[in-house]
Amino acid sequence: MIRFIILQNRQGKTRLAKYYIPLEESEKHKVEYEVHRLVVNRDPKFTNFVEFRNHKVIYRRYAGLFFSLCVDITDNELAYLESIHLFVEILDHFFSNVCELDLVFNFHKVYLILDEFILAGELQETSKKAIIERMGELEKQE
Amino acid sequence: MNPFSSGTRLRDMIRAIRACKTAAEERAVVRKECASIRAAISEDDPDYRHRNLAKLMFIHMLGYPTHFGQMECLKLIASPGFPEKRIGYLGLMLLLDERQEVLMLVTNSIKQDLNQTNQYIVGLALCALGNICSAEMARDLAPEVERLLQFRDPNVRKKAALCTIRIIKKVPDLAENFINPAAALLKEKHHGVLLTGVQLCTEICKVSTEALEYLRKKCITGLVKVLRDLTNSPYAPEYDISGITDPFLHIRLLKLFHVLGHGDADASDTMSDILAQVATKTETNKNAGNAILYECVATILSIEDNGGLRVLAVNILGRFLSSRDNNIRYVALNMLMKAIALDSQAVQRHRATILECVKDPDASIRKRALELVYLLVNESNVKPLTKELVDYLEVSEAEFKGDLTAKICSIVEKFSPEKIWYIDQMVKVLTQAGNYVKDEVWHALIIVITNAPNLHGYTVRALYKAVQTAGGQETLVRVAVWCIGEYGEMLVGNSGMLDVEERINVTEADAVDVIETAIRCHSSDLTTRAMCLIALLKLSSRYPSCTKRINDIILQQKGSLVLELQQRAIEFNSIIERHEKIRSALVERMPVLDEATYSGRRAGSVPAAVSTSQGALPKIPNGVVKPASAALVDLLDLSSDADQAPSSSGGDYLQDLLGVDLAPASQGTNQTDKRGADVLLDLLSIGAPPAQSSSSMLDMLSSGQDNKSAVGMLDNLASPSAPSAQASSPGASSSMMDLLDGFGPSPSVPETNGPTYPSIVAFESNSLKITYKFSKEPGNPQTTIIEAQFVNKSPDIYSNFVFQAAVPKFLQLHMDPASGNILPESGNGSITQKLRVSNSQHGKKSLVMRMRISYKANDKDVLEEGQVNNFPRGL
Repeated sequence: MIRFIILQNRQGKTRLAKYYIPLEESEKHKVEYEVHRLVVNRDPKFTNFVEFRNHKVIYRRYAGLFFSLCVDITDNELAYLESIHLFVEILDHFFSNVCELDLVFNFHKVYLILDEFILAGELQETSKKAIIERMGELEKQE
Repeated sequence: MNPFSSGTRLRDMIRAIRACKTAAEERAVVRKECASIRAAISEDDPDYRHRNLAKLMFIHMLGYPTHFGQMECLKLIASPGFPEKRIGYLGLMLLLDERQEVLMLVTNSIKQDLNQTNQYIVGLALCALGNICSAEMARDLAPEVERLLQFRDPNVRKKAALCTIRIIKKVPDLAENFINPAAALLKEKHHGVLLTGVQLCTEICKVSTEALEYLRKKCITGLVKVLRDLTNSPYAPEYDISGITDPFLHIRLLKLFHVLGHGDADASDTMSDILAQVATKTETNKNAGNAILYECVATILSIEDNGGLRVLAVNILGRFLSSRDNNIRYVALNMLMKAIALDSQAVQRHRATILECVKDPDASIRKRALELVYLLVNESNVKPLTKELVDYLEVSEAEFKGDLTAKICSIVEKFSPEKIWYIDQMVKVLTQAGNYVKDEVWHALIIVITNAPNLHGYTVRALYKAVQTAGGQETLVRVAVWCIGEYGEMLVGNSGMLDVEERINVTEADAVDVIETAIRCHSSDLTTRAMCLIALLKLSSRYPSCTKRINDIILQQKGSLVLELQQRAIEFNSIIERHEKIRSALVERMPVLDEATYSGRRAGSVPAAVSTSQGALPKIPNGVVKPASAALVDLLDLSSDADQAPSSSGGDYLQDLLGVDLAPASQGTNQTDKRGADVLLDLLSIGAPPAQSSSSMLDMLSSGQDNKSAVGMLDNLASPSAPSAQASSPGASSSMMDLLDGFGPSPSVPETNGPTYPSIVAFESNSLKITYKFSKEPGNPQTTIIEAQFVNKSPDIYSNFVFQAAVPKFLQLHMDPASGNILPESGNGSITQKLRVSNSQHGKKSLVMRMRISYKANDKDVLEEGQVNNFPRGL
């Protein structure tokens, strides 16, 4: 199960944080700080997996943004690495060559996309096309 | 109207915040915005609620508190329009979580939304429910969700499936209701619904055995077919990732097989073919393929044995291990730990590669590899493996050293084939990374050393050499100091040389140098210095020529600010200077520490406080540091419950140390008792005539109310010479006698075994006479009741008359209040006081008592003291 997803830039500013487990606000900030410290200094040649408390963090860096996923110890790391990539591709498609600024100004849309991709800590849909189409339908409802 | 299409206010706010140069500026902007939002909330303004919540969410993401917006979410959710609901649910998921009571208020709105026909709204509600619902909400809304599992729109079905996962996690009892609908989902064609259905089934099986049975019986063949179709499916652009159709679905199906096949041979059989197919046919050049393979291997290793499949799995892992991709190597190391349990031989083949991974620059890989190596060690490969690890210890990074050291010590301890190898390895580890070695480890090392008498010389010489080069490693210094202290004569005498050794020339001065350096070093802590002091004491006996120098070093610590060091320094100095005769007996070779007891003790859960004090023991030859007072009392248990067998389990390790084991080792101690007593005397400065010293002692032995603790304090001071004193009872009683100012052994009064005893004059001086009358309680021969009578022989009246008494430890004294505290002159009256003495050595030792009488006569304070030795025997 995915416990949380965090998008952070190199300076540690959180651009997106979605938690699938209950945490106090202060704990959330602590977690974000620790995760940032963990991933920002790692050599790119190293593995994309780090142990974090009793769980694992799977992360990847895309340009200036770190996408970090915290999962249970027993989960398949390689699979979640693929899911991070799928998410980035969806964002890229939706925002047409996404950059960090897009994510800042349209944060609510990013959350909506995320909610179509992952629910209750598990993958919901694996087709990029299906998600983009759904976002389109939802936009029409507005 | 889409409020985001113009989006000026939200966008403007974001721009304004981003334009802030300092944190203070940003706080100001945020504060302003929050104020206007709060105003709008209190006005209950419906128009901009939507926008305000969006702004609030952004502010929340920046890290500012936004609780005041929670009710806004609820209001938005309750609105009829889709855009409002959407932002409302979004806000709900961001600003609230399941632990907050406000969430309950939303239950009704969610219920209504779940019952709507508009699938988008239903979707919104399911999403919110699935992400943050609490157990109560789950219970309330489960029926709705169950119904929605069969909704016409696949989007709703897949969301309902995931929502159900959360529901059964929160309320496992509800799982039974969902078994059938979940199984139905497995027949779906839509990948999304199928994926979520598979995930739901996996979760249900974990929670409910009934579900597990059902799925095993009914659905396995269907699932196998699905996987087969998937694996063989042609190119499907929508789900293609790196040439594989929907790898996520592959992986999820494999996970479900994992759960279904584990522990069930039939199920495992049914799936073995497809597993073999997946394992062999999947492309491995891309991450997606490797992810599938990895999951496949995990499944194979957890289902029931199928020899061919397992071999396949381990081979795949072996291939992964030699991959250049770090991620792949990492997962391989992870999975190999599981494989070891099943087929350790196969994994042993990859030992060399795994050892290489321990040295990898990536910390994650190093950690996994080290864990794996630890599992791989067995008797046959322990030597080469340890050699590799110890070599690596030299160059490893500081943060890794701790882990590595702990593992090496553990391996060495468990698997060492012979003691000399163990000692060698430990010396190496201590040299490289002594500071990371835990206390129990080096304590265990010392125990092993004491148990290997033929290696004493070798060990002390090896340690001496090691300390020359690695004096900075404190633990190494401690062990070396202890050994030099114990086996000092072997060090300089080159005795017990083994074939592999070379002669080294160590003079006594060199050995003392080592200890002197350690004690002088600024970074040495209390334990090290304390150990040095003891070692010096031992050496003063073993190296007679160095005694003066050693004494000087000890004297330097006399003024130490740390009580422990000061005390030791003073005591040892005293022993060296004044008690030559007993010194050698005091510092004889330590008794062999019992390995089995110690390791049993370590294995069990020993409370921390106790273990640290016991852990400290091996380095203390004769004395007691500051363990629990219970240990102290037992130590000097001169009233010795002589049959008290030292108990190895639970009870004081101290007793083990200084109880049974002491007997064979200390042949000569009996004679030393008298001298031991002299030591006690000196230590307590009792031999000194001035009244204040003896009165100070008597102060401690108060008016007899609480004798046990008083004598316990006595024990405190007497500690260093403990073991000699404990050995034999008669010696002990004589020492106790000496303690009470050396009056000599109890006089032999003719044995009176009858119940009546003659009264005695306990004390007589020019001014005072004290008589004791005895009686015994019937049926209680150990207890004597003494009636003391005080008579004033002088012409002055005594006032503030106080009588105090003290007894040795084997006696217990209770005093009743005196009849008065004014003693009339010249025998015109008397004061009586009842004392009760219990003799635990009744029949073996007779009573002894020391008295102190104070009173005021002619406005002058008078103090008299005496000892009663003429108690009738047999009391």
